[in-house]
Amino acid sequence: MADSRISVPPETRRGEPFEVRILIRHPMETGYRTDESGQHVARNVIRRFTCRYNGAPVFAARMSSGIAANPYLRFFVTAHDSGTLDFEWVDDGGARGQARAEVKVA
Amino acid sequence: MARWWIALAAAAALCSPAASAQQRVLPRDAMRSDLEFAGADVRAMQADDIANPGFLWVERGENSWRDATSGKSCASCHGDAAVSMRGVAARYPRFDQTAGAVLDVEARVNACRVRYQALKPLERESDQILALTAYVTYQSRGMPTAASIDGPARASFERGRSFYTTRHGQMNLSCAQCHEQNWGKRLYAETISQGHGNAFPAYRLEWQTLGSLQRRIRACLFGIRAEMPRPGAPELTDMELYLAWRAQGLPLEAPGVRR
Repeated sequence: MADSRISVPPETRRGEPFEVRILIRHPMETGYRTDESGQHVARNVIRRFTCRYNGAPVFAARMSSGIAANPYLRFFVTAHDSGTLDFEWVDDGGARGQARAEVKVA
Repeated sequence: MARWWIALAAAAALCSPAASAQQRVLPRDAMRSDLEFAGADVRAMQADDIANPGFLWVERGENSWRDATSGKSCASCHGDAAVSMRGVAARYPRFDQTAGAVLDVEARVNACRVRYQALKPLERESDQILALTAYVTYQSRGMPTAASIDGPARASFERGRSFYTTRHGQMNLSCAQCHEQNWGKRLYAETISQGHGNAFPAYRLEWQTLGSLQRRIRACLFGIRAEMPRPGAPELTDMELYLAWRAQGLPLEAPGVRR
């Protein structure tokens, strides 16, 4: 299941910031809508998103109803050694998602 | 008006049948993709394969393409979609001999499922059908729209043209009144486009999801307070064919991004 798309440069330089981009499939239900029968649709947004590099947190975000469906995040990370970026997120329903990307430091 | 168009088309067909494909509603150099009427942010989103959410469906479609749980996957017959499906969507909607009707990509995918995979057809606008059609249409990205309106497809084309030029709904508007006579002008905060379908299936920001061209046509009909044919209705396929002919030469953009 394609739940996210990630872009990191194929190779980075030691100590230089590089761009990380991630697109996550999620409806980001605001909690302000009603369905066709008038019933309230419960809020379901990605509550928390974290990115770790070799285990250490490098980026985190708390999202709310103001973020559109299928959120797209872009941030910068500086690496000193080659390693792994671990992305993890959890939504209001408790569903967890994760993804991983390898980073090679030249 | 519609009758006049049909008479004109019939006369033209009698004079030179081969010329039908060359006649255009809009001259090629005046034709502009709807993308050009969108804001810079929307254009940037479409141009970036990571920021463009449509690729979530394309990726999912690639998985479905290889899914052989029914015994046969799409790939079992068609192999590598990048080769076998290149340019295919650009020729759709297309007359299908077996079905005896013009089919759009959605209907053709479903026909394949029923005929060769012994599967149930997928529901229109479901994520599964959108994923497959997005994946198949994506293989023709950048190729010019070139649907055939000759032979058995002609009747469907004529019905589509008549639908396009007929006034509909409480607002009593035809498609042509906005998209031919007034494109480029403002309708509230938006610029009226030329109404081409070359970006579909497209991710529409208003929908917060990917949608088919039929859904977009229905949205337009809703906007003019007209009756909306059900998804998959022949009227909508006729319109898709007419729009494809009208947009001939415009490159496919699927998965596009629209407001």
